[in-house]
Amino acid sequence: MSIDLETAARVAKLARIRVEEEALPALAAEFNTILGFIEQLEEVDVEGVEPMTSVTPMALRRRDDVVTDGDQQDKILKTAPDAREGFFAVPKVVE
Amino acid sequence: MLDLTFETPKPKVIAGAKHDWELVIGMEIHAQVSSNAKLFSGASTKFGAEPNSNVAFVDAAMPGMLPVINNYCVEQAVRTGLGLKADINLFSAFDRKNYFYPDQPAGYQISQLYHPIVGEGEVIVDMGPGVARRVRIERIHLEQDAGKSIHDMDPNSSFVDLNRAGVALMEIVSRPDIRGPEEAAAYMLKLRQILRYLGTCDGDMQSGNLRADVNVSVCRPGQYEKYQETQDFSHLGTRCEIKNMNSTRFIQQAIEVEARRQIAILEGGGEVDQETRGFDPDRGETRTQRSKEEAHDYRYFPDPDLLPLEIEQDWVDEIAKTLPELPDEKKARFVKVLGLSEYDAGVLTADTVNADYFEEVVATGKDGKLSANWVINELFGRLKKDDKDIEDCPVSPAQLGGIVALIKAGDISGKIAKDLFEIVYTEGGDPAQIVDARGMKQVTDTGAIETAVDEIIAANPDQVEKAKANPKLAGWFVGQVMKATGGKANPKVVNELVAAKLAP
Repeated sequence: MSIDLETAARVAKLARIRVEEEALPALAAEFNTILGFIEQLEEVDVEGVEPMTSVTPMALRRRDDVVTDGDQQDKILKTAPDAREGFFAVPKVVE
Repeated sequence: MLDLTFETPKPKVIAGAKHDWELVIGMEIHAQVSSNAKLFSGASTKFGAEPNSNVAFVDAAMPGMLPVINNYCVEQAVRTGLGLKADINLFSAFDRKNYFYPDQPAGYQISQLYHPIVGEGEVIVDMGPGVARRVRIERIHLEQDAGKSIHDMDPNSSFVDLNRAGVALMEIVSRPDIRGPEEAAAYMLKLRQILRYLGTCDGDMQSGNLRADVNVSVCRPGQYEKYQETQDFSHLGTRCEIKNMNSTRFIQQAIEVEARRQIAILEGGGEVDQETRGFDPDRGETRTQRSKEEAHDYRYFPDPDLLPLEIEQDWVDEIAKTLPELPDEKKARFVKVLGLSEYDAGVLTADTVNADYFEEVVATGKDGKLSANWVINELFGRLKKDDKDIEDCPVSPAQLGGIVALIKAGDISGKIAKDLFEIVYTEGGDPAQIVDARGMKQVTDTGAIETAVDEIIAANPDQVEKAKANPKLAGWFVGQVMKATGGKANPKVVNELVAAKLAP
């Protein structure tokens, strides 16, 4: 698989990262290097091997259904560029 | 277990300009899980709180915060699966669904694409006595809800409240087994009923705690049967998904207009594009929500913050033991054991509160059918008149059961029973004592009734002549006797005596 300029631009857009037109060829080349490495990994036969999800034999930690958090509107909004009347205020989003 | 047998309803057919079309519908229902805390944080799920006050740092996607799953939400999903007779997957896992929107601060939603917690199940959707559609459930997965955006508070800004962000949702995905707008609405209501019985979702559609995405396609008659035979989707038309509806009325309207839109395209020689659409109830139309270039590419991948969710069969068995009697079983029992009509059983099992009340009435009244009549006609009618819920009902099930028992024993007539009900409803008290204290007992003593009949006949010679010529007029005498005895005479006995005495 090879990444062309159009795909590189699309990936950047999906990630909401601005990439100038002239930077796209370098970005595409970088993607292709990464994919090349992945292709190399794909040569390994992993048939019948279960995917490893953790390096330690751990089970997913679970929590009881108890309210232990919240009530910190000031802290939640503290780093927001704009907040009004307890809400985050963001540039108008029109569907 | 008791089961009612049913026939399959006919699919909805829409006549196009050229020929007939059938509808094929699948639904994805998002049900908010009833829990105290969110799916991956300890923040409260309470509705209507001050904006951004039910938010933990992980809900706001602050750097370095990690999700920790709420065990009760898992239990609720398992309980729902069991209630829909579905397979429970002891191994499930969480994936990230990536997209940007201001009310989703992490830039992704934690969901379960590849390994959902619940597999295949079913819902029986009643479409009238003896008619029901079996809708297959494909899967149920757990996922996070998004926050809420408000667009109308400021001309230049949208306002975001993250209180709902991270609340647990169950997405319940059906197979395309629904065949018309009415069935779609009935499916949603049946699911709501089951979830409420299970206590896993409050089913509050107005608050958005139950909302539906509806997939609609149309096909020529006969094609659907080919699909069911082979499970090959190529026999069906291209579908469109109508997003996010929380009213059964809108769901029905949206399906109808969407189907007609697709039929017009197909009959005009065009092709339906597979896309996401929104329903505008004001204009009565569906509209494309996203253009093709902006089509979502969610780039799902396993969430590296969460290990797979592995649960024990023993735990699932424990949960199974706590399941309540579900609507279908309750309804079947009311029909088969208590002798109710399917219609009455349906009314009484619509909500557990009603069903529980009714069962307590039967416990005292000892007559299922009579109790059902009194609960549905007299009690519900009276409550409706006063705009009251069964929770605020002034008559206890034991009191109503007492009235039913008196009727059944023949102690009071149906007419007196209505008066008695009104007394109990407004004044309270024990029905049997009221009947004794106020002399409301029905007179079945033939001697006493005969005396009353004789008196009426003796006092009305003209009427007697007329009634002898026209037996239909005997009703007048019955009425007079009932009046003279204050409605306490057994009407059957009065009828017989009057008929005998007036016989020419």
